[in-house]
Parts: sequence; C-alpha cells; structure tokens
Amino acid sequence: MKKGLTLMITLLLLLPMVSVWAGGQQEGTATAEETETVAVPEVKLDYGKPSGDLEIFSWWAGDEAPALNALIDLYNDNYPQVEVINATVTGGSGVNAKAVLKTRMLGGDPPDSFQVHAGQELIGTWVAAERMLDLTPLFESEGWMDVIPEDLINLIGTENGIWSVPVNVHRSNVMWYIPENLEEWGVEAPQSWDEFLEIAEDLEAQGVTPLSLATNWTVNHLWESVALGVLGADKYDGLWNGELSWTSDEAVEVWATLDEVLEYTNDDFSSLSWQQATDLVVGGDAAFNIMGDWAAGYMSTTLNLEPGSDYSWAASPGTDGVFMFLADSFGFPKGVKNPAATLAWLKTCGSKKGQDTFNPLKGSISARTDSDLSKYNDYSQSAAEDFADNRIVGSLAHGVTANEGFMNDFATVMEMFLNNRNPEQAANAAQAIAIQNGIVSR
Amino acid sequence: MVGSKKNTVYSMLILLPSLILLLVFVYGFIGNSFYVSLTDWGTGAALRENPVKNLIGLENYRQLFTGAIHERFRQDLINAIFYSLFLVAGTLGLGLFLAIMLDKGPKGENILRTIFLFPMALSFVVTGTIWRWIFSPKGGVNLIPTWFGMERGDFLWLSSREKVALFNWQSVPQIIAFILFVIFAFMLYGGWKNGRKTQTVWGAVLSGLMLFYAAVLHYLLPPILPYAEFHGFSLATVGIIIAAVWQYSGYTMALYLAGLRGLPVAMYESAKMDGAGDITYYLKIAIPNMWPITLSAIIIISHISLKLFALIFSMAGADNASTGHPSVLMYLITFRANNFAVGAAISVILFLMAALFIIPYLIQSYRARR
Amino acid sequence: MSQNTLRRVSPIVYVMVLAAMVIFLVPIYMALITALKNPAEINLATAWNLPSYPYWQSFVEAYNMLLPSLRNSLVLTITGTVLSALVGSINGFVFSKNRFRGSEVVFTLFLFGMFIPYQIILIPLFQLLRAIGIYGSLYGLILAHVVYGIPITTLIFRNFYDQIPDSIVESARLDGAGFFGLYGRLFLPLSVPGFVVVGIWQFTQIWNEFLWGVTLTKQSSQPVTVGLAQLAGGQAVNWNLPMAGSFLAGFPVLLIYIFFGRYFIRGLLAGSVKE
Repeated sequence: MKKGLTLMITLLLLLPMVSVWAGGQQEGTATAEETETVAVPEVKLDYGKPSGDLEIFSWWAGDEAPALNALIDLYNDNYPQVEVINATVTGGSGVNAKAVLKTRMLGGDPPDSFQVHAGQELIGTWVAAERMLDLTPLFESEGWMDVIPEDLINLIGTENGIWSVPVNVHRSNVMWYIPENLEEWGVEAPQSWDEFLEIAEDLEAQGVTPLSLATNWTVNHLWESVALGVLGADKYDGLWNGELSWTSDEAVEVWATLDEVLEYTNDDFSSLSWQQATDLVVGGDAAFNIMGDWAAGYMSTTLNLEPGSDYSWAASPGTDGVFMFLADSFGFPKGVKNPAATLAWLKTCGSKKGQDTFNPLKGSISARTDSDLSKYNDYSQSAAEDFADNRIVGSLAHGVTANEGFMNDFATVMEMFLNNRNPEQAANAAQAIAIQNGIVSR
Repeated sequence: MVGSKKNTVYSMLILLPSLILLLVFVYGFIGNSFYVSLTDWGTGAALRENPVKNLIGLENYRQLFTGAIHERFRQDLINAIFYSLFLVAGTLGLGLFLAIMLDKGPKGENILRTIFLFPMALSFVVTGTIWRWIFSPKGGVNLIPTWFGMERGDFLWLSSREKVALFNWQSVPQIIAFILFVIFAFMLYGGWKNGRKTQTVWGAVLSGLMLFYAAVLHYLLPPILPYAEFHGFSLATVGIIIAAVWQYSGYTMALYLAGLRGLPVAMYESAKMDGAGDITYYLKIAIPNMWPITLSAIIIISHISLKLFALIFSMAGADNASTGHPSVLMYLITFRANNFAVGAAISVILFLMAALFIIPYLIQSYRARR
Repeated sequence: MSQNTLRRVSPIVYVMVLAAMVIFLVPIYMALITALKNPAEINLATAWNLPSYPYWQSFVEAYNMLLPSLRNSLVLTITGTVLSALVGSINGFVFSKNRFRGSEVVFTLFLFGMFIPYQIILIPLFQLLRAIGIYGSLYGLILAHVVYGIPITTLIFRNFYDQIPDSIVESARLDGAGFFGLYGRLFLPLSVPGFVVVGIWQFTQIWNEFLWGVTLTKQSSQPVTVGLAQLAGGQAVNWNLPMAGSFLAGFPVLLIYIFFGRYFIRGLLAGSVKE
C-alpha cells in the first residue's frame, strides 16, 4: 500500500514537470517564429461583394442600443445580403465585454468587428499584440483624412498605421444639473472645485447630496475631472507624457481634492449604476453629477427631458475651455471570417450618413468635421462647438491616455484610496503603477 | 475482487481513454498553469498569437504577497479564508439544527426537507441575482426595521468598506509562526505524554524554532512590506455569506439527517435510560458519533467556498473589491489587465488552498478502501 | 433514531421549523413578486409589497431574451450528462468489480480531478480547445463537462456497484459471462438507479455552471447562466426581467429536483459520505 501511495505522489509531482518541459519546448519554437514577422498587414480594398454573416461585438445595450440598431439598419439598407449578428455583452463601461472579447481573440475566434475605445486601450492591447489590420488605405480612399481632425487620427494611430474607425466623440468632463432645482436651492454651477466645496456645504444643509456618484469606474471618471480641474490641461497631459511626476505636490493635491469632494457624495455610491446616479440628480436628491455626455443621451432619449431647459450642463469645475474626449471606434481584426462585410461595416461607420444616424441617438457628436449639426440636439451642438475650438485632452477612465494594464491597476489604487483616504500613499502607488505599465520611464 | 488476466487487459483498456483525458486536462493543465505562473506572460504584447514568455521564477508570487499594487489580492486572500470559515460554520450549524428538528419527526417532513434543500439545485447565478435585490441598500432587508416603526436600515450589504478584526500584513509571518508554534507545542506535549521519543524531540525543536522566530527573529528581519497595511474581515462579505449559507445548509442538513437516522435506536434509548435529555443526547452522543459526516461536510463545503466566483460575480460584481475573492481577481487580472502570468499565479494559490483539503481527503479515502 | 419513534413532537419544534421555512422561502417570495410587477411599479421602498396586478409579460419577455441560451443549455446539459454517465458507469464497473494491481492508485488519480478549482485549468483549457478547433462552440463546453465529470460519475457508479454482492458476479463468471457480457447483461440493467443519481447530479452541475460559460463561449453558444447574468448585469432598472429570468433558469433543475428529490439526496450522499 505504501508503494502505491509513493507511486501516486511521484506521478502527481512528475506530471506537471513533464508538461512544464513540454510547454517550454513549445514556447521556444514560438519565439523563433516571432522574429520573422515584421511587416504590418494592411487592409485590402477589394474583398468582393459583401454577403453572409457579420458579427458586430459591442457593449451597447439598453439605453445605448437604439443608436447601434439605427446604424445596423442603415448598414442593412445598403447591404441587404448581409445578416448582421449584434453581439452585445452588457456591463458598465464595457468591463465584461472586454473580458469576453479577450477570450475570443485568444481562442482564435475574433468577431468581424468590435467596439473599442480609441487610444491606448486599442493600441496598448490589440495593436501591440499585432491583431489588427492597418486601415490607412481605407482612410485615404474614403477621404477620411480630410474630415476627421488630425489630433484624433494621431490618437487612433501609431507610426505604423491607423487602427480603427471612430464612430463618435464623447466628452468626459461635464457636470449635469437641473436648472430649476439649482434655482430653488439658490446655487449656481461652480466654476472651480473650491467653489464647489463652498456650495456643497450649503446644499448639504438643505438636505441635498451635492454630488451624486455611482459604481467603481465612475469614481475614476470623477478623478480625471478633478485632476484636470486641479492641474489644468498642460500638467494633466504631463502625467501621461512623463513631464509631471505622479508624486509631485500638484499630483498629491489632486488626490487631496478628491478626498474633500468625496465627503459630499452619496454614501451608497458603490452599489449604484451610473444611470441611478443620474436619476438622483433628475429626482432632486442630488445637485450635480459628473458623467460623460452619454448621460445626455440617457436624459433626452430614455427620460424624455429637454436639454437646456429640463436639464443643463457645464464643464466640470475648473475645466472650462478644455474638452476631455473619448471615442468609440471599430477596428478590423486579423483573420476575420467575413472581410468583405467587415470592410463595408467600417465604411458605414465612418460615413457622414452613418455618423449622423448614430450620434444624435447616442448623445455623442460626430468624429467628422462636416457633420450636419441640425440633426443634433442643443447639448450636442454646444459640444460640437466646444470640440471645434477647445483644448483637447484624453480621458483616462475610458481608455484614451493609458493602456489597460494601467487602467486596471489604477482601479486598485483607487480602491486603496477609498479605503484609507491617504493622498500621499495613493500618489506613490500611482507612480509605481505608471512605471510598471510603461507610462513613465523608470 | 481481482478478475482474470483477460479481464485486467479489458479493464485497463476501458480506463485508458479516461485516464489519458484526465492526465491531460487535470494534471497537464495544472502543470501548464504552474509554468505560466513562473513567466512574465502579460507584458505589452500579451495577446499576440505567439506571445513571448520568459521564465522569471517566483517573481509573480513575490509581487502578489509583498508588492505594493497587489493589496487587493492580499485582502481577497483574507476574504477567502473568512468566506471558508463562515460558510463552513454557517452551513454546519444551521444544517445540524435543521436536521435535529426534522429528526424529531414533525408532520410534513417531506415538504420541509424539499424546502430546505431546493436552493442547492439552483445556480449561483440565480441565487446571486435574487439576493442582490434583497440586499439593495434602500430596499430588501434594510426595510425590515420599518415594519416595526423604526428607521430604515442603512447598512451597505454588498458595498460597505468597513472592516473589523484588523491586523497588519507585516505581522502575517509572525502570526503564522505563532500558529505553528501552538501546533508543534501540542505535538511536543503528545509525544511527551505518550513517551514517543522522536515526536518529543521534533516537537521541541520545531516549536522552539517557531517561538524564536515569532518572539525574536521577526523583529530583526526586514518587514515584508515597507509600510503597515491593514486587512481584516470585510463586512460587505456578510451578504454573500448569508446567500451561500442559504444555498448550502440544506445539503449539510441532508447529510446530518442521514447520519442521525443511521444511528442505532438503542443508542438513543440507552441514553434516555441514563437520564439524558434530548440536548445531552445530541451534544454528547449523536454529534460525536457523526464525526465522519462532519469531516466530509467540512471538506466539501470548504471546497465549495473556493468556487464562489459565480455567486460573487452575479451578486456584487467582479469590480467590487469589498466582496473580492481570489477567483474573481484571477478573472480580472487575466482578462482585463491581460496579465496572464499573475492570473495563473493566483489560480495556483487557489489550487494549493484547495489541495490543503483534497490531499488529506484522498489519502484518507485511499486508506479506507484498501 | 428510528423514523417510527412515536413521540409527541414539541410545539417548539414546529415553531422553529416554520420560522426556518419562512426564512428559506423569502428569496423565492421576493423573486416572484418582483417578477410579477410592472417595471413602473418596481420601487425599492415597496420591495416587499405584492404587485397590484400580476404582470405576466415579464416572463414572456425574459423567455424571449433567454430562449437561445436556454436551448443551448438544454443541448449542452443533456449531451454532457448522457456521455459522462456512460463513461462513469463503465469506469465504475472496472473499479468496483475488476480491480487490478494499481487500480486503487488510478482511482485516486481520477478523484483528484473532482476538487480542483477550475480557474487553474482555464487558460490551458481554452488554448487546447482552440488548438483542436472547437473553441467557442457547444462541443468545446460538452467536452470540458464530460472530462471534468468523469471523477464524480466514476465515484458514484463505483459506490453503486459496490453494493452488488461479489457472489453474484462470481456465479455469473462461472456461468461463462465475459467482461462485456457481465457488464452488458447483468450490470447495465441493474444500473438504472445509478444512472438516475448520476444523471441528476450531472444535470444540475452542467446546467448551473458559469465560469466556463462566460469564458469559453461566444454569443451563439452561451448557456443560460451567462444569459441570465447578462440580463441582470446591464442596468439595474428593470428588475422584473432578471427575476423572471431566474425562474426560467432555475426551473428545469427545480422540476427534476422535485420529481426525483429522493435520488438527488442519494446522489449528494454518494458524493461525500460513502466510503
């Protein structure tokens, strides 16, 4: 019996060893292949007539679904032979969708096209992994080089190519409120965080939550608005290009301000969705909410409120004149099953008609400079004006300025901060993850 | 029973496909994950079709236990231990209580048994969805006080950040050394009492070493973290624990009920003759006699407690750090942060925690069969 | 204690069991009333109140949304259950009645697979499924469920066959029954209760599984647990749908459980207490 046991234990120990060895062998050959791939594959412009199935992967469901459906309808009008499979994975800000997408890409089963935040989220993950086709020929043949702002093209491209077609532009640094309520409470939208903190005292005395907040990622969203307000655009950019240290006094000040602001938010924020945080403002329980302008889509389309009169907005405190943007985009993964239909989809996404169909419903503005503004509501028109003449910076919470590794680690740092509210420690941890994820060189 | 030679050949042939599948899918895959955990798969181009993986030894593990950015992992590990403890205590306690009640033979026993057991048939996703609603901060159980004219409760069941029983992560080696000291001291005591010489010597040496570490060495060595980091029992996990106990108490009830019914009637009668009341009978006779059942229930429930992924995912969300568990973190780190190697390291740690229960169980059942 | 002890049951016992019963049914009550409310009527402050009228539309909507994943789950669960039960049965026969030198060691090697946390095999599993070209399809999930089901099905069948006296096997062998004759003509017909136990066990396990469902499938092959998580994971506004969905997702296992409850318990016991 002893013998049997010994044998069993030996086997148990041996087998992993064997597979480690086998694994090692396999990896060895893989690295050899690695060095051979150099050229960046480009998209072709002649995959033939689109037909068959086209699978579009996104996290637009619920309130955001009508916009996507309208875009799909437009696509089907042009390409009736193609059956569009609308694969949506729900969950705030695409957190769950990204996980599913990754298993699919790793599993060698890319959807024909997928939604991805333009910027580092796409580049740091999928372009770095050499999973995308260069879309430069498409941009040139469709004339997009001339109608999409150069700043934006720079953000969705690298020196090796352009990697996705932006379908919209959202603004992140917006503060929402109900004008009627503010009047009743006798306050105005604050111009700086200091002003906010003064007003907040007053509001709290009236039994109103000064700022409504929701689940985890919306705290990161708030952070970026606070950072922009405290630092200003140049220094905010400095965090991402290495000119401003994450441990500098200014950066610590961002966390300290956030700490003060958090005192004036609803206690149960972690258990709310972003829509519920908006509902708090609409329902008169809270005065302000800082959220991207998809909140305008939610209030206009789902809650049937009139922009400008029923609800209103201002740049988040201290960020007037700066447009913190994020954009959703669609790319062309390598090895898709239906390249012809995918190409047609990207053309639809980038077209003027496509953008002007999608964006009014989504509450966003077109990434093109030639869009027909009459189709958009008051909010979007004002956003489009700001986009045209404001200083543009990228959003952290929505994947423009930093790669996914940093974003994930940043969520951990935020969690740490929410637990101990120690600005110094948060700043140090942020510096550590910035180094680790290659945002800042050592 | 041992059959003929021909039978043996057939037997082996029959088992061969299953054996090969299990060798690959269980042992091979575990080995592979272990290998991945020793690499740096997860830098920049992690999602390439043929990613470059360099062996970096135990660095990922070192980072998890002592790296500044893996604070969540350490809290999740603590959570996992508390989940296991409370789930085992809760299901065993409630299960035993229900079993004793049913053992009394109330009318409608079949219906009652079905009611207590049905949650077990449900998926964690179903359970999680329903309980999430019940634990909404402004509804569900928080409304119960209003029935009695009191204020609505304001406990944030699934998102509270409060922690109790705080301790410093820097003291963990000391705590472990102290626990080992107690264990070895018992070993010393047992050896000395029963006159086993080797056991006494080893017990003395090891307990001495542990005591030395805890009392002296720990203060001389550099701390495992450069700063104090406090962890504890996260109150947000209470909601998850309640849901899990609800789901699995019926299971332990069924085990104990079968156990109680399996005890000879004579045992009960003779206890009664000796003047023992019901409470004495259950406490002093029935429960100790059901020790094997308790043991296997502990093993099964601890093992279930390591699989809370689906429950936490659907009830509190993967992002909710207050209710975190290493299995959820593994999912996030692997599929969100693209850090496959660290994800694999977490899965290996989970596996080792499970092995703590499995291997003794397997050895014991192997011995029992021989 | 015997079931037939004729004793008066104390009222305290009744009070306790009834209280426990009420508490155990609370989640079902909450799920049912919420599912039957019109979305407009759902309000956290009135979460415990009965719906003013039953809004059956929730179930229709949830059913329509879950239909594809329900269908997937049904195919997946039935195929997976049948295959793993067959494999478990013949394996159990070998381990119980055809032991050979080292068979106990092999059996222990088998059992090990029953307890591993599935996170540890996740990454290699989808790499393998991808390599053999069945990643993202139902086949991949079925394969995983059959393979990781082998340990428990083998264990249950082995315990089941252990109850068949060796003497019967001996005399059948003396009458000239070979390995397959013995299994096919004697054991298989006797195995019906074993199959029921294993079937129920595997059915619930596979039906309820989530981790592989969420990582190894694509939209078209999602099982119902993932479908439900999607339904509940969006915005927590229309709570009637996830609640109705919970009923639909829980219904098949509950049905089986109510009709075959006795075997279910036996299956549980076989998986744990049996030596």
